[in-house]
Amino acid sequence: MTCPVPGKIEAYLDNELSAHDDREITQHLATCPACAMAALGGRKLKLGIRRAASSAFAPSAEFQAKIRRSVAPRSRPSWLAGLAFAVAVLLVVVVLGLWMRPRSQNVLSEATDLHVSVLASANPVDVVSTDRHTVKPWFEGKLPFTFDLPDLQNSDFHLIGGRMSYIAQSPGAQLIFGIRKHQVSVFIFKDGENFARIGSGPKRSNDLSFDVKTWSDRGLRYIIVSDTNSADVDSLSDLLRAARQ
Amino acid sequence: MPDDRANAETFEALAIPLLAPLYNFAHWLAGNRDEAEDLVQETYVKAMKGFSTFQLGTNFRAWMYRILRNTFLTSRSGLKQMVSLDDEESSIVEPAATDDPESLLFARADEEEIRRALEQLPVAHREIVLLCDVEEMSYKEIAELVGIPIGTVMSRLSRARRTMRSLLRERVHGARS
Repeated sequence: MTCPVPGKIEAYLDNELSAHDDREITQHLATCPACAMAALGGRKLKLGIRRAASSAFAPSAEFQAKIRRSVAPRSRPSWLAGLAFAVAVLLVVVVLGLWMRPRSQNVLSEATDLHVSVLASANPVDVVSTDRHTVKPWFEGKLPFTFDLPDLQNSDFHLIGGRMSYIAQSPGAQLIFGIRKHQVSVFIFKDGENFARIGSGPKRSNDLSFDVKTWSDRGLRYIIVSDTNSADVDSLSDLLRAARQ
Repeated sequence: MPDDRANAETFEALAIPLLAPLYNFAHWLAGNRDEAEDLVQETYVKAMKGFSTFQLGTNFRAWMYRILRNTFLTSRSGLKQMVSLDDEESSIVEPAATDDPESLLFARADEEEIRRALEQLPVAHREIVLLCDVEEMSYKEIAELVGIPIGTVMSRLSRARRTMRSLLRERVHGARS
């Protein structure tokens, strides 16, 4: 039997021969040392390449994760729903924010305006008294609520008087205190819708450089407006809180 | 749509097991990690997009390799390296045929040497060797994947292996002397 062309031995090793040719080569290799040697070499090379090349380069875990993420099926409806929900929430927040901001600012601005008008007025107060036991009864019957005035004996503050005031069409008390050369307005209103947007916690702002501090305490809304320093405002607010205990 | 989701799940199930071998093949073609990653990523993106045109039941693996290979061909380094493909086999230096006892030869060649010899092959030959010996594809599959006649697959394979033997022989002899 003549030796097959080298290409045939390669095809034999690559498992590409027909059953008939395959059988023929197998028989030939059993009897021809030269072809058997070539086949053995070819097989070794093939296996060597397979071993050396098959896992020569492995993708990094990071890269694998990246591909996995990109291939993972996305549930489009829930994804869309999530997006719609996020947009809706964002919209509500933006609209509420836009709506609330001016309103809460408005209430505090009104208080600031009232304070400024008192400073400018020739008759700043309706009831002139340094005695809290005079001022408080003056408001009785004028306001739908009552409040306590602080004891100022051991403080730098003194009571100048009080007047009726109105914020957003509802009545409240405006008390004027003095500290050194400054005047401080304390507004006391029934807490409610008008102030709801400020929030119940203490809040500070600087309106036209006036120090404005507001808080809610058991149904009453307190707003302090002054041009004195914030430490004074804090100590006055402490006195007012203490008066309600 | 539920069809989309089912399709995506089928694609994931078929494509993820091919990630490591595809990456290996890409690295062998491109020669470096960055390009290999780009190739594989682009392959997955293209395949995912085109999966609706893929006919289930046909050869998914060959389909993925074909996308990868086409992506490589149109990449910058692919264009550069595959030039040798056009002027066919003539440009490739033929090693002299010798009758060395090859069984002895390859017992001495370690994996690193085989890898280096493989790197020295022109890409047009290297890819055929890899598809045949590593991916164990048939001549017919390779012919379809690469887009050449089976006869060309066989001749490239034969030349590539001869070059490999010659390179390894040089290394072994070089190491000996």
